[in-house]
Amino acid sequence: MKTERTSTLKFARESAYFTLIVLGAIVAAVGIGAFVLKLIGVNPIDVYLVILTEPLKDIYGITEILVRTSPLILIALGIAIAFRSGILNIGAEGQMQIGIISAAAIALAFPELPKPILLPMVLIIGAIGGALWGGIAGYLKARMGVNEILSTVMLNYIAAQVYGFLLRGPMIDPEELTVGSGTPQTIRLPRAAWLDRLIPGTRLHAGLIIALVMAVLVYLLLWRTTTGFRLRASGAEPRAARFAGIHVERSLIIAMLFSGGFAGLAGAIELTGVHRRAIESISSGYGFSGIVVALFGGLHPAFIVPSAIFFGLLLIGADMTQRAMAVPANMVLVLQGAIILSIVSAQSFFKDPYAKDKFLRRLSSIHLPRQKKKNAPTSDRGGKR
Amino acid sequence: MNPVDLVLNILTIGVPFSVALLLASTGEMFNQRAGIFNLGCEGIMAMGAFLAFLPPYFLKDVLSPDTANLLGLMIAVFAGALLGILFAVVTILFRAPQGISGIGLQMLGVGIAGTLFRHFVGGVTGVPGIANFPIPGLSKISFLGPVLFDLNPVAYFAFLLVPISWFVLFKTPWGLRVRAVGTHPRAADTMGINVARVRFQALALGGAFAGLAGAYLSLCQAKMFADDLVAGRGFIAVALVYFGRWHPLGILGGSLLFSIAQSFQLSVQVWGIDFPYEFAVMLPYVLVIVVLALARKSNKRSPAALGKPYDREKRV
Repeated sequence: MKTERTSTLKFARESAYFTLIVLGAIVAAVGIGAFVLKLIGVNPIDVYLVILTEPLKDIYGITEILVRTSPLILIALGIAIAFRSGILNIGAEGQMQIGIISAAAIALAFPELPKPILLPMVLIIGAIGGALWGGIAGYLKARMGVNEILSTVMLNYIAAQVYGFLLRGPMIDPEELTVGSGTPQTIRLPRAAWLDRLIPGTRLHAGLIIALVMAVLVYLLLWRTTTGFRLRASGAEPRAARFAGIHVERSLIIAMLFSGGFAGLAGAIELTGVHRRAIESISSGYGFSGIVVALFGGLHPAFIVPSAIFFGLLLIGADMTQRAMAVPANMVLVLQGAIILSIVSAQSFFKDPYAKDKFLRRLSSIHLPRQKKKNAPTSDRGGKR
Repeated sequence: MNPVDLVLNILTIGVPFSVALLLASTGEMFNQRAGIFNLGCEGIMAMGAFLAFLPPYFLKDVLSPDTANLLGLMIAVFAGALLGILFAVVTILFRAPQGISGIGLQMLGVGIAGTLFRHFVGGVTGVPGIANFPIPGLSKISFLGPVLFDLNPVAYFAFLLVPISWFVLFKTPWGLRVRAVGTHPRAADTMGINVARVRFQALALGGAFAGLAGAYLSLCQAKMFADDLVAGRGFIAVALVYFGRWHPLGILGGSLLFSIAQSFQLSVQVWGIDFPYEFAVMLPYVLVIVVLALARKSNKRSPAALGKPYDREKRV
């Protein structure tokens, strides 16, 4: 009877603790956004309402959310693999651009091939392009000890220049130079390289299915294969992994190859499913949104999918507020930054048993008589010391 | 053009370029010496650049140009310190992982600066900015004069900060405390140093430096603000700390070398060597990676507790 009561109390207190943290994180993120919105003289509540409801009002809005969701899922999966392996991949943006441009090059080089050969080839080459670009950072980290955050950020800037150079130079649509306006873009890809649209009249394409399949595969990879175990072990405790005979450096490189590969695949899918030609702003910040999606989804494929849908909604909603209420596009960056900061701040409260303990003891000292506090299982900290 | 003029030209462009990197990098050095890896430098610089730009832009009819510029610099420094403290709250108080928090701060800073800029200013607009101040007499020396003594007042201040930073870090009790909490926080704690407080102070100082670096970009170097004004300089500054082996003189050398390389690349573009400009633009970023790869040994000299949150209640 007595133990039952304490355990109920403990459960109540723990849920109160977690609810408080989650609420705190949400209030902080939404609050920072609201503060900036207030500064530019719009009503934050109106903006948030438009972002969260306007895209859901018609079929076009919903399919557009799903169009944004596909690359977000893929990029976030790659980032989750990297983060879980202990390497922070900030370079998805660049890896995606390299994936796009290599996929486009292959599609334009072999326009005669039939669809069952060309389309898979284009997607795979895109993934390989991204994987190699990500692999550079993995190699530099594993062999030269180069901080991967700095190297991936630098590789982003380099990839953007490579991408721009190829679009403006060797790969530009010749007609743009002779009769067009010189817009840096390639010619339209051959039809055999197009991903099918799922609903006619919208831009929703088969990439979504690929992304969902990949989410399952990444789950299997990370939790059901030896490679996945090695990756997670290298990320969780590199020293212990090394003692257990795991080649940690190799794991880092493998993780970055996977991570970049998923970003490259996201690029190839965006290219063949949505635009069907390489244009300048095709990656449009997906690489950075992917980081937020991965963190928001707890680096787990099962939660990354809903998280990607939510951020797809956020991106479309932000587009709509930009058009309807003149909220600058950079506002998305503000919200994403605020969300990252709140998530990482809240995480330490979840992970750190001492913080929870301290909080629970404070709570219990308010509500319980002194002697019962001794019985409460949460006060086992004295024993640990 | 004869070789002396060529070198002179490269140097007179390169030395002013180095100031923003030098300032941000020195600030980052204080952060890292205290054990905190602040990747939000880029975001703080963007905020500093934008806020410093505001007074000369909006108050040009109310205040004299000098007052407005000074006000801009002060706001940038103050806002930089505040953002440094925000980062401290996240990484020290909440013990969040520093790398990803830094990316969050970068997005937040660049996002806020961009949003407010688009709303209040609209497009790229110039300001008079702070003019160069040739030091009388010295600036007339041939060769050295135009390179070293015809600079922006903020640039002189930045170069003056190099020996001052060295003195503060290595010769004052506070500097010793900073190095102690970055090397062995538990030992420092045992000796009665408040680890969290020293780290907060170091982050505020580093943020102020980054804010000033941003202000230099918008008020002194570009004399305007644009969304992508900072263009990765914050990240380059972090890399230069590694290159400079966490020492003010090394950082001075690194930022000079780096900006001279950049000005060399600009000269190559100007003097009509046919070369796709994209490759010239990517050169500095390639250089950072190469430098980091070559500076491999110096990674071992990094402050021992760099990047590790300190929790005095945790058992070791």
